[in-house]
Amino acid sequence: MVVNIYDSMTSHEIVALLPYQAPFLFVDEIISVDENSISGSYHYPKNSSFYQGHFKGNPITPGVILTETMAQIGLVALGIFIMGQGSEKLSDFQIALSSTEIDFYKPVYPDETVRVKSQKEYFRFHKLKCAVEMYNAKDELVCRGKIAGMLRSKTD
Amino acid sequence: MMDKVALIAELKEIIKPYVQDQEAFGKLTEETHFITDLKINSANLVDIVLDTEDKYNIEIDNDSMDKMSDVKSAIGVIEEKIAAKG
Repeated sequence: MVVNIYDSMTSHEIVALLPYQAPFLFVDEIISVDENSISGSYHYPKNSSFYQGHFKGNPITPGVILTETMAQIGLVALGIFIMGQGSEKLSDFQIALSSTEIDFYKPVYPDETVRVKSQKEYFRFHKLKCAVEMYNAKDELVCRGKIAGMLRSKTD
Repeated sequence: MMDKVALIAELKEIIKPYVQDQEAFGKLTEETHFITDLKINSANLVDIVLDTEDKYNIEIDNDSMDKMSDVKSAIGVIEEKIAAKG
């Protein structure tokens, strides 16, 4: 079943439910979402603090930040959407990252905007596992891999 | 019905890739607990249950999953689901 985002939760509602805030929120917008997949975007501001140290005099977005961006859009935002399809309104939930396996292909520089696409492999027994890809503004593959985490609505 | 020794041997093959404590795995008995003895995390416990479903072509529901905390209870659930298949 494909659920149109505007029939249920809006991009704004999903982002508002994310349990992150600056300087560790890496989601600007959810572009599309259904029960099995999601895509969203994030722009890395030039003045982000990690560029001061990664690397000295040569700012490049750290792989862990790219991974975190993929996890926030591809796993947590998708999980929120899926859990939000239940009968009760989703308000409180617990999350934990359980595994990441990512390959990196292109660097991401300050002031770049990336797009994350994620496809659900399964969501069972509170474990969500996804195949996630990130693309830059030229539509080149930046990184790709599998991310899994435990997501549990507090009403469960 | 498959005998218990064979079932435990097959279960050992399924859980092997997820085990963190190899010493406890070497001494595995029916009493061995997946999380406290083998140091398997809850996310990998889900993978074990999914691998078990594939191996025996059974479906494990939430209540059964909650019971599968050690070798003995896992074997019990697997036997029950295989029997229910007829």
